[in-house]
Amino acid sequence: MKKTIPLWVGLGVVLAALVLARLVGNRYVYFAGYVILQYVVLATAWNVLGGYTGYVNFGTAAFFAMGVYTALALSMAVHAPLPLLILAGGLSAGLLGLGIGYLTLRLRGVFFSIATLALSVVLQTVAMNWEYVGGAKGVSIIRPKPMAPFADYAEYLFVVMLVLAVASVMLARWIQNSWIGRGLAAIRDNEEAAECMGVPTLRLKLFATTASGFLMGMSGAPYPYYVGLVEPVSAFSLDYAVNSLAMPMIGGTTTWIGPIVGAFLLGSAQQVATVTISSEVNLLIVGIVLVAFVLLAPQGIVGLVQRLGRRRRA
Amino acid sequence: MARYGTSGTWRRLVGTALIAVIVLGMTWAPAARAAEPIKIGFGMALTGALAGNGKAALMAMQMWAEDVNKKGGLLGRPVELVYYDDQTKPAAVPGIYTKLLDVDKVHFIVSGYGTNVIAPLFPIAMERNLLLMGLFGMANNEKFNYKSYFQIMPSGPNPALGWSQGFFEVAAKQQPKPQTIALVGADAEYPHNALVGAREHAKNFGFKVVYDGKYPPSTVDYTPIIRAIKATNPDLVYVASYPPDTAGIIQAAQEVGLPVKMFGGGMVGLQFAALQTKLASKLNGVVNYEFYVPEPTVKFPGINEFLARYQAQAEKAGVDPLGHYIPPFSYAYVQILGQAVEATKSLDQKKVAEYIQTHEFSTIVGKVKFAPNGEWAQSRVLMVQFQNVQGSDVAQFKKAGTRVVLYPEDWKSGTLIYPYSKAQK
Amino acid sequence: MAGILIGGFYAAVTLGLSVAFGLLEVVNIAHPGFVILGSYMAYVMNRSFGLDPILTGLLFIPVFYGLGVALYRVYYTGFERTGEESLRGLVFFFGVLFIVEVALLLAYGVDYRMVEARYIGQSFHIGMVGIAYRLLIPCIVGLAMTLALHLVLSKTFFGRAIKAVSQDSQALRLMGANPVRIKRIAFGLAIATTSLAGALLILIGPVEPSIGREYIGRVFAIVVLGGMGSIGGTLVASLVLGVVESLTATFYGPTWSLAVSFGILLVVLAVRPSGLFGR
Repeated sequence: MKKTIPLWVGLGVVLAALVLARLVGNRYVYFAGYVILQYVVLATAWNVLGGYTGYVNFGTAAFFAMGVYTALALSMAVHAPLPLLILAGGLSAGLLGLGIGYLTLRLRGVFFSIATLALSVVLQTVAMNWEYVGGAKGVSIIRPKPMAPFADYAEYLFVVMLVLAVASVMLARWIQNSWIGRGLAAIRDNEEAAECMGVPTLRLKLFATTASGFLMGMSGAPYPYYVGLVEPVSAFSLDYAVNSLAMPMIGGTTTWIGPIVGAFLLGSAQQVATVTISSEVNLLIVGIVLVAFVLLAPQGIVGLVQRLGRRRRA
Repeated sequence: MARYGTSGTWRRLVGTALIAVIVLGMTWAPAARAAEPIKIGFGMALTGALAGNGKAALMAMQMWAEDVNKKGGLLGRPVELVYYDDQTKPAAVPGIYTKLLDVDKVHFIVSGYGTNVIAPLFPIAMERNLLLMGLFGMANNEKFNYKSYFQIMPSGPNPALGWSQGFFEVAAKQQPKPQTIALVGADAEYPHNALVGAREHAKNFGFKVVYDGKYPPSTVDYTPIIRAIKATNPDLVYVASYPPDTAGIIQAAQEVGLPVKMFGGGMVGLQFAALQTKLASKLNGVVNYEFYVPEPTVKFPGINEFLARYQAQAEKAGVDPLGHYIPPFSYAYVQILGQAVEATKSLDQKKVAEYIQTHEFSTIVGKVKFAPNGEWAQSRVLMVQFQNVQGSDVAQFKKAGTRVVLYPEDWKSGTLIYPYSKAQK
Repeated sequence: MAGILIGGFYAAVTLGLSVAFGLLEVVNIAHPGFVILGSYMAYVMNRSFGLDPILTGLLFIPVFYGLGVALYRVYYTGFERTGEESLRGLVFFFGVLFIVEVALLLAYGVDYRMVEARYIGQSFHIGMVGIAYRLLIPCIVGLAMTLALHLVLSKTFFGRAIKAVSQDSQALRLMGANPVRIKRIAFGLAIATTSLAGALLILIGPVEPSIGREYIGRVFAIVVLGGMGSIGGTLVASLVLGVVESLTATFYGPTWSLAVSFGILLVVLAVRPSGLFGR
């Protein structure tokens, strides 16, 4: 019974959010909510590799776009239903993670990070030259009609992303608490020592990159239906890399809660800013906050809360 | 890690509560307004890649709103523009427009600037049967064939062809007739479309394509490209480029030397003061597209007053000081909307859309009529040649004489100096 | 031919990173951001005072040096001392890069900025081949910078101390030099080079805030290919990259040339991480 508590809570969250969203009564909630939830997935995914294992991935966009383009290609070719597209997107991005991991994880962490940057650029060039998915000019896609009980395709996308978010958080929590998580933490703290103690570092790292990539790809799959136009510049946008990095850093990298906190805070702030002050000062703030947190509050908000908790108890 | 075992559920409840608070907060903040003013909502590129033009477009639209309100508004009610920065990001568009429609309760939506931010609007407009005015998007309606979409760029019913028509027509008239052409463009959406049209024209006009290449928009050095083109010895060179590459290509052509008969065609950027004054006399002889130039043959009612007002504000606002490219058209596309609303005396999307579909409008960019696919019924892409450019003062571009119209015939204001090498000074 | 010229320019851009990353092992991802900053400084001086960009570049060297020193202090107190370099140091510099880019964006907008100098647009011709001054001068300056840095590193006390600190800081301390101070000076030097490199960049072509990102891959590819800590290796690698990019542009189409540099990086990392001349 104890093992299934998380499952029930997860379902509870989904239903609660759904009901609340319906109550609010306008469709804007679905769009804004979709974006925030998408970042929950991305931040959580990033954190599996970044926070748990200590390997910084600058190429979130590559994995995200892998999901986007796989879903796009499949949708155009065989009109597959969305759940299948999500799975396919996740699988291809996961494979990408495996591949890049295999190539570079035997080197130091720093080289892995640089390689992820390179990956983004190379993939973007490939996407720009692949005429089937529109090449540089991109391709417009028409959404399918919504099915019951959803009134609206936007609501459907929102729920899909909600389910993805809950699922990825549960996965991250599971990883964190399992022997895999302990192994990853050992790698993060001191890779050489971990090796000496017999931790199968390479395999664990590969697992982390694959899982991370898998989640990122899944979050990208509904993108073609959400926006309607897929083109390389926006699919590979730097925003994804910066946000998926900043959110866990701000929220807290050592636990599964941190990315959620970061995603909600930063994501909401950005959504609000888009429709209020709407300027690039918004981006500047992200950068400054990120640097501030990295310097002053390396454990993120979760860490701050923990420290406060400890102080109170002492 | 065990610490989270018992407080895990608590934290999850907090998390759900957090979701609820944020979701409610976002919708509470902007209260729905009373129905007095007529609201036109849109996203505009105020930051991001197209911000320069986006800001200029917004300025022109605000000028229109001022003008209308001075005369008593639309249907007796004041007009209000509700807009947000779309950051030139297609992904921001669905959110912004849903907010405009569902929260701000705007009466009409018009698009932002550029093909990429117009595309995401189609599902939204089609779902709700809304009228959609488009600002400078190329062939957005091709896939959808939505009847209530109208686009203000004068490229004509077949944008790809209309775009370069002038270049080819002018070239074909020269004696002896040119034989060969080189095509080159940036690897991006607009140049791709433009070159598709150019290739078809080349076939129809009987020019042999001896070079057909593209380059990444981030190219730093254009000399290899010019050299490659030069090596094929073409008579004509048609380029479809964006401002940074436009500058690079023209400079490289000067450095390496390009002894061809006609050069230019679809170079974006030469319509703006920044590049005109930077490249100055290097532009002489280049044949390029324009939508409006201050030539005596291109006269529209109200355009001169508009430009005078715009130019007065432009310097302070940090936008293009000439305002010949986007601003007149962004004024026109809301002008048409306003005229249609006044004529039908209604705010009903379908009625207004039908009116726009079936009538000709008199705007500050002349007479505008739309084809069934939402584009202009007749293309009015001007082909001009830069002549007599001396020094880098911007004032010369505000007057006639530096951009001589060659095509279409009705608007012709001068003759082509041919070949290109003769026009270069 | 143009490839070699561009290569010389790439060397100028990468030198600083060679020192920072190659010798000091500071993963300064923000390096290209500073280069762009240098470009904008050159632009501003050119627009307001008509100063030649290279002059601006030289003039601002002390300013950038100071920036570098300050940045290093922050980096050191925040990270190196506490021993948690890799993850957070990387993120820190990424944040810095981002801040620099967005700040420039806010200040100057997204439009491309160019400079005017007498020699832009002119070329001198050797027979059939025309060589643009616009490319030649940055290349020459780049070569000069490489030479200068090489001399500083091998002939001066500080230079040799920098090399030593990367190999064995204990021994250095025993010799009476403060390794932290040495590293600070070195990093300052690294950032100082970006002032000049930025000036060269805007000479070659128009600049706008986000083009720094294209250079991240290029400079790291060069540092890795050339070998960590080898200035000569940096030069060779720069030339190689310049030529390969140029050739790819000519034969396969320019679309692929940028991807090529990153591709090289990936390949080198996989096959021979120590690079051509690395330790």
